[in-house]
Amino acid sequence: MSGPVLLSVEAVAVDLPTPRGNLRAVDHVDLALGAGRTLGIVGESGCGKTMLSRAILQLLPKKARLSGRVLFDGQDLARCDTTALRKLRARSLAVVFQDPMTSLNPVLTIGTQLIETLQAHLELDAHAAWQRSVDLLAAVGIPAPEQRLLQYPHQLSGGMRQRVAIAIALSCEPKLLIADEPTTALDVTIQAQILDLLAREQRRRHMAMILITHDLGVVAGRTDEVAVMYAGRVVERAPTAVLFKKMRMPYTEALLAAIPKLGAAPHTPLPAISGRPPDPTRPLGGCSFAPRCRYAARRCKQEKPVLADAESPDHQYACFHPIPIALAEAM
Amino acid sequence: MQDVSHFHAVDPLLKVENLVVEYAVGSKIIHAVSDVSLQVARGETLGLVGESGCGKSTLGRAVLQLRRAVSGRVVFDGEELSAMRGEALRRTRQRVQLIFQDPIASLNPRRRIGDIVAEPLVIAGVKDAAKREVLVAEVLNAVGLDPALVAGRLPHEFSGGQCQRICIARALVLKPDFIICDEPVSALDVSIRAQILNLLEEMKARYGLTLLFIAHDLAVVKAVSDRVAVMYLGRLCEVAPSEQLFAHPAHPYTALLLAAIPVPDPDVRPAERVAAGEPPSPIAPPSGCRFRTRCPRADQRCTSEVPELRLMAPGQYAACHHPLM
Repeated sequence: MSGPVLLSVEAVAVDLPTPRGNLRAVDHVDLALGAGRTLGIVGESGCGKTMLSRAILQLLPKKARLSGRVLFDGQDLARCDTTALRKLRARSLAVVFQDPMTSLNPVLTIGTQLIETLQAHLELDAHAAWQRSVDLLAAVGIPAPEQRLLQYPHQLSGGMRQRVAIAIALSCEPKLLIADEPTTALDVTIQAQILDLLAREQRRRHMAMILITHDLGVVAGRTDEVAVMYAGRVVERAPTAVLFKKMRMPYTEALLAAIPKLGAAPHTPLPAISGRPPDPTRPLGGCSFAPRCRYAARRCKQEKPVLADAESPDHQYACFHPIPIALAEAM
Repeated sequence: MQDVSHFHAVDPLLKVENLVVEYAVGSKIIHAVSDVSLQVARGETLGLVGESGCGKSTLGRAVLQLRRAVSGRVVFDGEELSAMRGEALRRTRQRVQLIFQDPIASLNPRRRIGDIVAEPLVIAGVKDAAKREVLVAEVLNAVGLDPALVAGRLPHEFSGGQCQRICIARALVLKPDFIICDEPVSALDVSIRAQILNLLEEMKARYGLTLLFIAHDLAVVKAVSDRVAVMYLGRLCEVAPSEQLFAHPAHPYTALLLAAIPVPDPDVRPAERVAAGEPPSPIAPPSGCRFRTRCPRADQRCTSEVPELRLMAPGQYAACHHPLM
């Protein structure tokens, strides 16, 4: 890991009480992210990636219990009081959600929301805040920003709203931006624009970013490191290029294989993963992926594999029967 | 009016001719589908792709007469579907089924799976309950579900992927000839998507189906389609055999879509500067070529003259004054 560590997630677990028993949404996750770097967290629905991001942001549901440490810029966020957290969230830690309407208030104009944020956290006067808002909207690629400031969120398209949400998130120059499926709801051409925008702003501000997605295509082009999650755990972690070329965990392999490839001929059968992810209220004894894994052996059903190093310490995976390196390199 | 003659597909099961669908929102009119013509040959899968607002879903519904067209015709197996009403329409509709995007929302939460899948049979007049049960069991097995375990339960007990299987079973129970799939996998996880796509291919072969596969994901569309039609803001941009479309697109919008797709390969750099701007509103679409506001090749002619679909290569048509080939 090069450079100083900005965010360190240590043995974080999130438990949620439900009528059907305890739900372990996040199960002992360790992550580290350096300043200016991008971490992709990839997994399907129910893998715990969103709950993990909420654990980092300290935005968990009231009933949730968090254990472990979330060290951001030296401070343990889990032990901070609300005032300290609010300051951190505005100035250093920002978030963009899948649905921009989670971030935007539908009854306030864009201008009011942006300016309020700037005035509250940067102590700017009204005129300075207005000018800064215009500049921010222009920076995120919104044409005619002065007019947009007077509009309400419903008057903007989905792509525009997401740009505004990004502008608000970036307004106070955060050190870390967490983007949870920021483009999933958007068309592919708009998705490309928004991802380009995030990458550009990140380079300019030397900002770290966590990009949460189910789309391995998004991760391939735009992240430095990737963590693959399944059933609440990180099952493989590596620098992006290494993950795609030398993946060891069968789930990673299966996930990649299940994506229709543009280069394939039509009607090529897709190697689908049979079955579905386990019920998190009824965790399995052994490896959570064992019932669906084509390499599963007896040990996999009885013992839970832990993350271990591959050929280098920055590549880790949790599996008793990883894909042989020779096979991985041939892909 | 677009010249339809060059669309001659061998043995077309479905013909859409100069279809125009508009609908009013308050005092404004949305030009959802503007003079679209296409054909689907018996036994083929035609993919229909485009981003939100392009009119592809509206077109799918207009084919089924779920939304009446302002003008144009829909001809199914030689009969003008768009001119039918009442009993004749109901009977023909049994041969054309629809699978929707949100599988959970497509199932009545208060009804048991067995009843949901049997409903088309009831409507079609199959009065014998025992016979219905047999047909329902057959189709549930075909989609990989055990009727004994599934028929008595309610939709909320199933996952998205399983619900989509149930929707597919419901669509198959009348043994239709033609199925319109409207974004059947976009609401599903990646690993489940692959299962459902494989299932659709299997069902197509088993039941001898013809499919119109509507989606915004090009890779998904390519995986199942023989030919692909690309729509933008109510008009067709390009129609071509799948391999040809993806290897050698003729229309700049097709090229834009292809360039924007994130590829799961870290060696492939995301294309620099994918075209700026957003699609204009379908309430006031641009004059001439509707893609001109985002097209790097647009000129004066594109503003004043609507491009017509022209033959570019064998089987490949594009509506562009300055095509890529």
